[in-house]
Amino acid sequence: MTAPVLNKKNLNISRWVLIITTYIIVGIMLVLPPVLVIIEALRDGPYAAFASMTDPDALAAIRLTLVMTVASVAINSTFGVLAAWLIAKYRFPMRGILLMLIELPISISPVVAGLVWLLLFGTQGWWGEALNRMNIHIAFAPAGILLATLFVTFPYVTRTLLPLMEQQGRDAEDAAMLLGASFWQILWHVTLPEARWALLSGVLLTTARAMGEFGAVSVVSGHIPGLTETMPLHIETLYNGYQSVAAFSMATLLAIMAMATVSLRSVFESRAHNVATGEHDA
Amino acid sequence: MKHAHNTTRARAIDPLPGFRFALVSTLLWVGLIVALPLTALVMRPWQEGIGAMTAALQDSRMFAALRVSFVSAFLAALIDVPLGVILAWTLVRARLPGRRVADALIDLPFAIPTAVTGITLATLYGPQGWLGAPLARLGISIAYTATGIVVALMFVGLPFIVRSVEPVLRDLPPDLEEAAGLLGARPWQIVTRVVLPALLPATVTGFGLAFARGIGEYGSVIFIAGNQPFRSEIAPLLIVVRLQEFDYPGATSIAFVLLVVSSLCLAGVAWLRRRVARGLITGAAA
Repeated sequence: MTAPVLNKKNLNISRWVLIITTYIIVGIMLVLPPVLVIIEALRDGPYAAFASMTDPDALAAIRLTLVMTVASVAINSTFGVLAAWLIAKYRFPMRGILLMLIELPISISPVVAGLVWLLLFGTQGWWGEALNRMNIHIAFAPAGILLATLFVTFPYVTRTLLPLMEQQGRDAEDAAMLLGASFWQILWHVTLPEARWALLSGVLLTTARAMGEFGAVSVVSGHIPGLTETMPLHIETLYNGYQSVAAFSMATLLAIMAMATVSLRSVFESRAHNVATGEHDA
Repeated sequence: MKHAHNTTRARAIDPLPGFRFALVSTLLWVGLIVALPLTALVMRPWQEGIGAMTAALQDSRMFAALRVSFVSAFLAALIDVPLGVILAWTLVRARLPGRRVADALIDLPFAIPTAVTGITLATLYGPQGWLGAPLARLGISIAYTATGIVVALMFVGLPFIVRSVEPVLRDLPPDLEEAAGLLGARPWQIVTRVVLPALLPATVTGFGLAFARGIGEYGSVIFIAGNQPFRSEIAPLLIVVRLQEFDYPGATSIAFVLLVVSSLCLAGVAWLRRRVARGLITGAAA
């Protein structure tokens, strides 16, 4: 009878070893980095940090990031809802392939996501030269940044909506149809109210990804300060120019924006989970 | 019901309205944003003829970069496995002070933009950094070496392991561990015979996701990596270098390899998940 007691003690020791290890891992890997960002930003005091943000190039970068984020979120959310509706509510040939194509951008390196647009619109791309002659600039211009951001944030709305919509089934939609509702009425009054938390969660994920995207945007942007530099690109320029305080101030602002979006999302996510009880696999 | 019979649509077409509109707009969206650029990626290497393609594929710098990327991503994901499993276990089993904060912090690498991660880790592990300086005194340099790449990818990959393992651990009744203990199992035996086998599929999933993410990762790596050709140059960076040299075939062939490997990886993960969902693979304890 003493064996279990001994084991319990052993268990307690190993339990504490695990707990302390956890604190060490979390401390070194997850607490130090954000603390460092803030301390580096405030190294010359809060005024210097704030002043670096009012630099014209910094303001231009913030504005460009906001514009690109809003535009790509609007486009990808609209089409993402339609795609989720299509895939969840109907059965048609090649449905699986369509879903695979929609999810594909997630597995693609950000640099490749930028490269593909240069292959189309770069100086040596398929249509770059022709469009340049018509004075249409896509590569190394805001249009290219938008395309790269659209590609990178492509799947998120559909991905978050799809499990929920599939779980909802089609009964409510079929009933609405029998009562004579049009497509927009069904989507707006029947499907989306049920899925609103999931939709919001997908929109916020798209937002966070869009404003933080670096690799894809970096490839197509051309890094022209004040014109084609988004916040992440401006952080790189400042950091490589040894303007550490300015770089980390911008990094603080960007990180706060992204993290606020993500934490807002986890609030909605728990609501979405309450609506759709039970597990669904991706 | 009467209403449904009155519709003029053919029986083969789904009576729920909006199919055609949703289909057309989805195809347009997928076609323009995903299918078109990816077609360019697949076609481009062949455009200059088979000769240019084979020449691009024989580049030793490319192989070195791919090796650096694959090896670093593999090592980082491998080191993340024990760390992630421990974190998941503590989050689920131990009622700790600060558990909610820790839970939120796990997702930090997902939330922080990669460029911010990049400059932060480079500063943290740099020669004058909080961790870099003491490590330098021990003769260990992390920033600007291939080790730095692994450190950055460990940060990026950690949440994949934790978030894959956590739900499985939550579903695993703690009674099982207690029962094993009461039956005389040593803590080590409980872990290796009861807990870990049940977590294995989830761990492999997390590993696959972290690895797939790692081989394509760019922003969080380039600041801390030395970016020296053949030694600490990752494949995505070489793509950028090739593009700056206007060597599109060179850039495209690297991109192609990355695309194939990460797609295979994620397809493997999806396959594993389906099998687990169908109950074909279960942990010993489940």
